Amino acid sequence: MKRSKIALASLTLLTAGVIALSGCAGGGGTTGDNGKTNGGGNASAIITVNGNEPENPLIPTNTNEVGGGKILDSVFAGLAYYDGDGKLVNDMAESITVDDPSNLTIKLKKGNKFTNDEEVTADSFINAWQYGAKFSNKQLNSSWFADIEGFDPAKDSELTGLKKVDDYTFTVKLNSPVAADWSQRLGYSAYYPLPSVAFDDMKSFGEHPIGNGPYKLASDSAWQHDIQIDLVKNDGYTGGRQVKNGGITIKFYASQDSAYADLQGGNLDVLDAIPPSAFATFESDLGDRAVNQPAAIFQSFSIPGDAAHFTGQEGELRRQAISLAINREQITKTIFNDTRTPASDFTSPVINGWSDSLAGADVLKYNADEAKKLWAEADAISKWSGSFQIAYNADGGHKEWVDAVSNSIKNTLGIDASGKSYVDFATLRADVNARKIKTAFRTGWQADYPGMYNFLQPLYSTGASSNDTDYSNKQFDALLASGASAADQDTAIADYQKAQEILLKDLPAIPLWYSNVTGGFGKGVNNVTFGWNSVPLYYEITKG
Amino acid sequence: MFAYIVRRVLQLIPVFIGATLLIYFLVFAMPGDPIAALFGDKQPTPELLEQLRAQYHLDQPFLVQYWFYLSGIFRGDMGTTFSGQSVNDVLARTLPVTARLAVMSIAIEFVLSIIIGTISALRKGKLFDHGALMAGLVFLSVPVFVLGFVAQYFLAIKLGWFNATVGADNGWNGLWLPALVLGVSLFATSMRLMRGSVIDTMNQDWVRTAYSKGLSRNRVLPIHVLRNSLIPVITNSATNFGVLLVGATVTEAVFNIPGVGNTLYHATLQHEGPTIVSFVTVFVILYVLVNLLVDLLYGLLDPRIRYVK
Repeated sequence: MKRSKIALASLTLLTAGVIALSGCAGGGGTTGDNGKTNGGGNASAIITVNGNEPENPLIPTNTNEVGGGKILDSVFAGLAYYDGDGKLVNDMAESITVDDPSNLTIKLKKGNKFTNDEEVTADSFINAWQYGAKFSNKQLNSSWFADIEGFDPAKDSELTGLKKVDDYTFTVKLNSPVAADWSQRLGYSAYYPLPSVAFDDMKSFGEHPIGNGPYKLASDSAWQHDIQIDLVKNDGYTGGRQVKNGGITIKFYASQDSAYADLQGGNLDVLDAIPPSAFATFESDLGDRAVNQPAAIFQSFSIPGDAAHFTGQEGELRRQAISLAINREQITKTIFNDTRTPASDFTSPVINGWSDSLAGADVLKYNADEAKKLWAEADAISKWSGSFQIAYNADGGHKEWVDAVSNSIKNTLGIDASGKSYVDFATLRADVNARKIKTAFRTGWQADYPGMYNFLQPLYSTGASSNDTDYSNKQFDALLASGASAADQDTAIADYQKAQEILLKDLPAIPLWYSNVTGGFGKGVNNVTFGWNSVPLYYEITKG
Repeated sequence: MFAYIVRRVLQLIPVFIGATLLIYFLVFAMPGDPIAALFGDKQPTPELLEQLRAQYHLDQPFLVQYWFYLSGIFRGDMGTTFSGQSVNDVLARTLPVTARLAVMSIAIEFVLSIIIGTISALRKGKLFDHGALMAGLVFLSVPVFVLGFVAQYFLAIKLGWFNATVGADNGWNGLWLPALVLGVSLFATSMRLMRGSVIDTMNQDWVRTAYSKGLSRNRVLPIHVLRNSLIPVITNSATNFGVLLVGATVTEAVFNIPGVGNTLYHATLQHEGPTIVSFVTVFVILYVLVNLLVDLLYGLLDPRIRYVK
């Protein structure tokens, strides 16, 4: 190499770095792609999608995070699944019948098989559920069986509520009258069936799961830890999620940035999480291959029920004033580049029953005058002192919006407001769980199944598992119970909406916005639909 | 020589105990409840939490936990991750990848610094010398992740010369781009050392003697000059090895390399005691071993440096 070339090359790289750093590099399209334009798609094409190394062995009752969930949902088929609109569609089940508010009868289709040729019967479900619920098995999803009669959260016990009628029929007796809502949960991975071979050696099964779903593991060594997992179409699957490609390879990424680089470089077909660093540019980078739509994720911050100045009549006024003082529209635009949608209730737009016109929802719209007025009324009851803080975990990218929300409150109400940083999520949760936290703190909820009850009951009903602020309101509890046992969906939704109107008044949590699912796909890739849980419906994707 | 090696290897024992104890203490002192974090925003029952804590001995005092870890090590078992994999397996899977990356980076650093350093010395004060100095300073001052992103964007995404990430393609061939980034980020100091060293050596009496005997430059340069100039470069590379392990963690994230850096990063996020301690300890031991290797290399390069029998 000539000397001038080296000097020149170093200069070029320096300039390039400066350009990239100053953010002028946007607008570039993508280079090379392995797909040629073609109508129908190649039925044997392997689709590459992003994922994470599962945090746990691939056992349905022990997987509660997205990385493992994506794989389980592809490899297993439960009684039912959620379609693109979040609607429950029977899969292994012939019918799921709510007999009364505490009892269900489940009938299975005949002839469905696991990939080792074992038939899927009532026992496949009953045994899997018994295993998942048993205390000493320490399954992370054990709480999903808490509503079944016989469940004990603190010691080994049998689910006496599960009764086999014949090989293809079983009944479920619940210990509380929530059967209508409970039947909606049955698409969740914790309720998947297991073949009998699983119980011989669960640890080994978790490494090489044998399922009954639309895909199966490509080989014994299909799961390369930290790298990827190869799934191929399972021809034996007869349910509604019929696969239109040859298989999927889920590549594990340690950072979203590298996944996005792969999408741009043409080495990844579908990405379901755009890194925050690309929020400003991905829609121009990808054009009509960019996805940005609300997801079933609700973001808020909560104020402890016993925090000074936030109890009783005074507290109600102050909570409403603070909510009115937050300019959600502006913050979602400037901080999140419109990858969040301002909240208008406590659920999510992808959930049946979501509403932007609940009575009292005005409290979620920025209104400086009203905020000041309510704050002054509260001051008349008891004069405000101290500062308002919102605690957040510094490892989750929350600082920017917490600062923005604090500023919005500070400027509107003229009080001291700021963020309070915790080093990481585990530390924040430890303080929240121990009720040591005395300031407001960030909270969020990603739904487990597409039902309004799931956004409301665990968070705000008296004594519920994730009720971080110990909120308690008898009227609210009664409406939820009424909804969960209602005979039809519309009645249930009406109850849940009334329940939310109580929340809008009490504001145990201040709703902020719904997270959007941001994603994209490569050239030549078609039929990419994101499901209610922000994961693309892999079986529908075509390529080539 | 042999006694010297044995003594140096024996030194590893206190280093090992000291390092593990210290790191274990640091992990123990980390705030927060790792088991509660496994459940995300949802709250498990206290009984289930207790049971899971007991499984990983997290309910025991510090010294008892450390003892469980240490006695496991003596049985050849470094513990299990929260996902139930043996730390031994994880290490066996990830270490070769990072080792390949390190070897390639050091090789690139070495070749670049020797060639460019020597040419710079021979053309002292000329355009090439200035250009090399400038390039070196740029690469030295730009953080390695910036270098990584820029290289990824232009060389992989725009020009398509490499794959943007590594992933499954983590053999020697797949690692070229990250190795290049790491090698280039390291080469500046070695290159300057080489340049200075060559200039020094060129002025030595024996070089002048060699020329006056009528030997050609092609003979003098490699045998008399380069061999004698390599010692500071090798010392620097050993120090760089530590920098490389840190840099690898960042580079592995940028290029999605399934190596120790990535694993360590995730283990730290999840407060996975055994994984963190084992990985960091392996780093420490490797560092000590590489320094031993360098000390031994000195003897080969310069017969005047020998160790007591």
